[in-house]
Formats: sequence, structure tokens, C-alpha cells
Amino acid sequence: MTDKTLTPPPHTEPVVFTRDMLDWLPWLEPLAEAEMTEHHIRSLVDAARVKSPYFRLLARDPDVLEARTRTDKDIFYNPEAGLPRAERELAAAATSRLNGCIYCASVHARFAATYSKRVDDVQRLLDEGVEAKLDERWDAIVAASVALTALPMTFGKEHVERLRSVGLDDAAIADLIGAASFFNWANRLMLSLGVPATQPK
Amino acid sequence: MTDVIDSLVGIAPGSKLDAIRAQRSEARKHAQASYTSLFEPKELGGIGAEERHAIAAFVAGLHGEAKTDAFYAAKLPANLRAAVATEVAAARSKGPYGRFPKGPLSVEDAPGPSWQVSDAGRAALGPRLTAAFEHTHMLVFHPRDASAASLQSLLDAGWTTTDIVTVSQLVSFLSYQIRVVSGLTVLASTL
Repeated sequence: MTDKTLTPPPHTEPVVFTRDMLDWLPWLEPLAEAEMTEHHIRSLVDAARVKSPYFRLLARDPDVLEARTRTDKDIFYNPEAGLPRAERELAAAATSRLNGCIYCASVHARFAATYSKRVDDVQRLLDEGVEAKLDERWDAIVAASVALTALPMTFGKEHVERLRSVGLDDAAIADLIGAASFFNWANRLMLSLGVPATQPK
Repeated sequence: MTDVIDSLVGIAPGSKLDAIRAQRSEARKHAQASYTSLFEPKELGGIGAEERHAIAAFVAGLHGEAKTDAFYAAKLPANLRAAVATEVAAARSKGPYGRFPKGPLSVEDAPGPSWQVSDAGRAALGPRLTAAFEHTHMLVFHPRDASAASLQSLLDAGWTTTDIVTVSQLVSFLSYQIRVVSGLTVLASTL
């Protein structure tokens, strides 16, 4: 039998970028918890993700999901050297803002605000978009994320020089490349396999 | 096996960039594992190796990053490679464009076309790859226009739900891999 897409239950789609917690409703059938094998469960990496329809859907290809998740975790959570966590999250939020992933932007704007304590600047990125003026260092990080995300890609030596001039070393620049590039992966999955929904108050 | 990103960027063992990538050894290892799981999986499942490589070559062609483009194109037989190249030439665009959910963000809407495979392309690619290429173009250039209808087109063309997860991962992974190759190549040129 041919598979069918799902019609999500009645919900309210967010119409602005927000730091609020959002839900996500799949357009394709996730695996049911009961039918998941050990291989599927292992691919989630974090066992708690079994409650997430997004991860149970991606678990249909468990090897790819596990590799995706372990790539993600090292790019964002590895505390050794490189770009401070707040600015890895800023790159993720800026990439998501440009691509238009309201769900991804909400998660990573919250992280960027938490780790940087610059709530107003993060909110201005969400409200005004990637042209918002934040400060020299953050503007350079956002501009580099945009140059890596836009097609054709425009990331060039001038972006590297600008990042160096605001204090990023080579390891930090490599982290920025990793974070912005990774969100070009994550945004496409989130945007294309389901829809965000506001949480009931 | 050789690390694909290292190989495409030209990162030599012992170089500065090798040391920088070594600081994120899990990301390096699992970016490679993502590649292997997509292109040399333990089981191909519902998607043939040629289908995987055809979609990859289309994605790489659309991005126009010369080294990844050549890498994936080289994996196709000549007739399919030519068909993909023809579609790439017709499909290249600027991104990201698309519409936002109706509301305050509508002032930022940048509407654009849903690209379609040419008649000659349809004949060369067949219905499954035709549907996959049309979906891929949306994912690459205007992912915020995604809809359940686009997924239904894939289902109607014979892809299963699980196949669609893999195809979505493949296109999205390449959107990452190509940008890392491009970004690290620029960084390497300044070291």
C-alpha cells in the first residue's frame, strides 16, 4: 500500500520568530515507540528523544540519524577551544533566521540568549533579521553565517579577515563554519518533514 | 576509508587544518559516518546506489562547489551524468527564497518558482528521480516553501516514508558537507 502524508491535528502555526518553546508536528508517520528495535533506540543517542516525533521519524534511517546527532553534539557542545558556545548558537540562530526555520531559530535563539546573556540582541536578530546591527563581533559572525548559507555561497577571504579582526582564531572560525553549515542540514529536515506549532498556554 | 571532507579540501596530515579538525574529532568522524551511511549503507533499503548518487550529483551541481560537484558526478554512468548536468544547468538559482506563514513576516516573502524537470529529463531520469529532483530543488533553494503536498508527490512517485527520510537526510547532509568543504577551503587559503 502506498504511504500517505499525515494531516496534523488542529494547531496554531507561529507567524513570527520567537524564543518561546514550540511544538513540531510531523507530516510523515514517525515510528511508534512499540515498534522500535534496539538499533532504532540507540540511534536516538539520548533515550529521552523517544518522546519526540521528529526523532522517531528520523529513526527510520537509524545509522544516518546517529551519525547526524553525534556530529551535531560535537559541533555545539564540545567545550575545548574554538568559538564560545553562545556564538556557535548565534551562528545556528542566524542561519535558521535566514532559511526561515522558525522552530530551529526558537531553540537556538534561546540557547544563544542563555549563554551570552544578551537577550535583547538575540531578540533583535529574530525581529529584524540577519541585517540587524548587534555589535562588531556578532555582526561579523552573522555575516559569515549568511555568506555560508546563501546560494550561490559568497563566503570568502574577506569574511575570514573580518572574523580575525574581531578576535576569532582559526579554531573559532572553523567552529563557525561547522555551526552554520550544520544548520543548513538541520533546517532542511525540520522545515520539510513537518510544521511548528505554538504550545498551549 | 579516506575522509571525504579532508580529501575534498586537501587537508594533509600534520597541517594546521588537520590539527583544527582533530579538536572536533567526533564531528569529523561522524560527518564521515553520515557519508558512509548514506552512500555505502549496510543495507540499501528502498533506494538504489545509483539513485543516491544521482540525487547527490544534482545537489552538488546546484551548489556549484567545483570539488564536491566533480566528486559526486564521477560516481554516475555517463548517460545519467549528462542528464543530471542538463537539469543542473536549468535549475540553478539563488537562495534561500520562499514565503513565510501569513502574518507579520509576509513583508519578507521572497516568492519564487517551483522548478520542474524538463521533458527530456523526465525520460532520462524516470518518475522516481524526477519527483526526487523537484523536491530536492525546493530543499536546496527554498526550503521554507516545504509542504505536505511536496512529500505526497514523492509518495505518489513510489518512494516510501522511510525512503523519504533517507532522501531528506541525503540532501540535507550534502547542504552541510558542501558548505564545510567550501568554508574550510577558504580558511585553508588564508593559513
